[in-house]
Amino acid sequence: MKQFISFVKKEFHHIFRDKRTMIILLAMPVVQIIIFGFALTNEVKNSKIAVWDQSKDEASASLLSQLDASRYFEIVKPVFSTAEMEAEFKKGKIRMAVVIPPKFQEELVHFNKAQVQFIADASDPNVANTLTTYASSVVQDYQSRITGEKKMPYAISTRVRMLYNPELKGAYNFVPGVMAMVLLLVCTMMTAITVVRERETGTMEIMLVSPAKPFRIVIAKAVPYFLLSAVNIASILLLSVYVLDVPVNGSLALLVGESLLFTLVSLALGLFISTKVATQQTALFISLVGLLLPTVMLSGFMFPIENMPPPLQAVSHAVPARWFYNIVRSVMIKGTGLEVVWKDTLILVGMFLFFGGLAIKNFKIRLS
Amino acid sequence: MTTVSISNIVKRYGSKKTVTTALHGISFDVQQGELFGLIGPDGAGKTSLFRILTTLLLAEEGTATVDGFDVVKEYKEIRKRVGYMPGRFSLYQDLTVKENLDFFATIFNTTIEENYDLIKEIYQQIEPFKDRRAGKLSGGMKQKLALSCALIHRPSVLFLDEPTTGVDAVSRKEFWEMLKRLREQGITILVSTPYMDEASLCDRVALIQSGRIMQIDTPAGIVQQFGKKLLAVKSNNMLELLKILNDQEIVENAYPFGEYHHVVLKNGGEDVLRNELNRKGMLFEMEEAEANIEDCFIRLMNND
Repeated sequence: MKQFISFVKKEFHHIFRDKRTMIILLAMPVVQIIIFGFALTNEVKNSKIAVWDQSKDEASASLLSQLDASRYFEIVKPVFSTAEMEAEFKKGKIRMAVVIPPKFQEELVHFNKAQVQFIADASDPNVANTLTTYASSVVQDYQSRITGEKKMPYAISTRVRMLYNPELKGAYNFVPGVMAMVLLLVCTMMTAITVVRERETGTMEIMLVSPAKPFRIVIAKAVPYFLLSAVNIASILLLSVYVLDVPVNGSLALLVGESLLFTLVSLALGLFISTKVATQQTALFISLVGLLLPTVMLSGFMFPIENMPPPLQAVSHAVPARWFYNIVRSVMIKGTGLEVVWKDTLILVGMFLFFGGLAIKNFKIRLS
Repeated sequence: MTTVSISNIVKRYGSKKTVTTALHGISFDVQQGELFGLIGPDGAGKTSLFRILTTLLLAEEGTATVDGFDVVKEYKEIRKRVGYMPGRFSLYQDLTVKENLDFFATIFNTTIEENYDLIKEIYQQIEPFKDRRAGKLSGGMKQKLALSCALIHRPSVLFLDEPTTGVDAVSRKEFWEMLKRLREQGITILVSTPYMDEASLCDRVALIQSGRIMQIDTPAGIVQQFGKKLLAVKSNNMLELLKILNDQEIVENAYPFGEYHHVVLKNGGEDVLRNELNRKGMLFEMEEAEANIEDCFIRLMNND
């Protein structure tokens, strides 16, 4: 036991005495949460739009002011021709244009029917889609207000409720993603590198010619990173709740427990990688390309898994982050419990045992 | 009593297509309490042999025992009782002197205090710097720290792979004196070195070249077996002199040796050589020299 503590202590010395390691370990989670929270957002807010109001009557003015009042739009410019409008689009000054044809109010009152045109910049299809949907709903609102008094013979009205995330905040999506990414980077990359470094600098050579058991050497390498990951989990959750207003709807204990389980999977993966590579560069490369990339692309964090072609969907099953991402989303955002995520949890336990077992089995008791 | 026994060890590296053989069937024994030197140039196979004996590498053929234990089957026993100092400084550079020593004491299930008497003399020299990071020590101090770490568990056999490479002359001398005192404590020491002048400090030496042992004997025994007349010749034109010397029928070999050329004569004929050089108008000094290990090594190498 004393031997083991001495190993762990030594490992902490390595971490605390290397500034770069410290920065990666402790500053990265904070920086990532902040970048994703404030800079990289795909939410649509205050999009600049232009209006071409050809009727200039009471009804059109009322509709436009309602558009302007919503937090999604900001009317920046009135335009008076198609050419002018197009010029604004080309300059990138506006995202969408609203065209109201002449005699808008007249047609609305006399024929009970009028038209409004939305022209959106679809060079970014997602944004264009979102904007026109928002704008349509504003028009719907306006319409139901003016028809409020009059009884329509048949009308089906739709009521949409956005469950779990009524304000459609991006943070609800990326907090689980960032958590998976940070834990994976810290645990897998750092442990893989630290084990390989011992082999590169020759210290492993001396350590092997000693009574120290390989199993203990491996575990001792992982312990400090496990503890630091616990700190990271805490800081990510605190930032999410208090800075980004993402609530923890489910059990906090379950969420932390699952995160620690994922940490164990990542550590096992890191140790497994370390038994397979010879240099720190390779360890870094494999951790980044072989793990971080699939984590970002195939976990469902960036792109929905259901939309992927079947082969990629199959590959995504092997990505630990996919299961963890699902667990965090379920527990943290939807507020479900173990009865829903038990399958994902079991898969992570299985992965931990698999990679951990391989790492210990493959640990080289000699130099080659 | 035999402490290290090596029998017919063959080590090959590389895959099927490009196999290099590092050791071609090496055999020798080292007795308990001996200071045994493995002398040879870089790439001779010294490190491979040491790694096989310290259970870090597996030999393709042959067997070896250290302290009575087989290096393959009983490697765990060997790892408990040998001390190993690799050729490259392999301690934790970001730990302090004291932390390194403490760490290695703990992994060998011992403490600094328990075996302090053994390392005292060496460790005292670096103790003033015990809070300095190992990476910031000078070459000589690093070497002393590495030796202290290798000794901390009172090993029965000590393997030192090129301990004096890259260390200044004064530190080298000190280091060998430390080894002699360790031998008096009953520790068997195997040391490898590319420096021929260090051979004479060992009890016995093995001269190794290209994975083959050329000779094993005491330093004096090796020098005695030289058996040829050796001359040291100096001139104002050393390059020209070497060419002339090597052209002579009676000269077996001539090679630069410090500020002289050493000349090995086949069967005497010192006067013939002196006349020949005079005839060529060379200004030179010639005197008889005593062969040392390096001369023996060069001769053995050429006879192969």
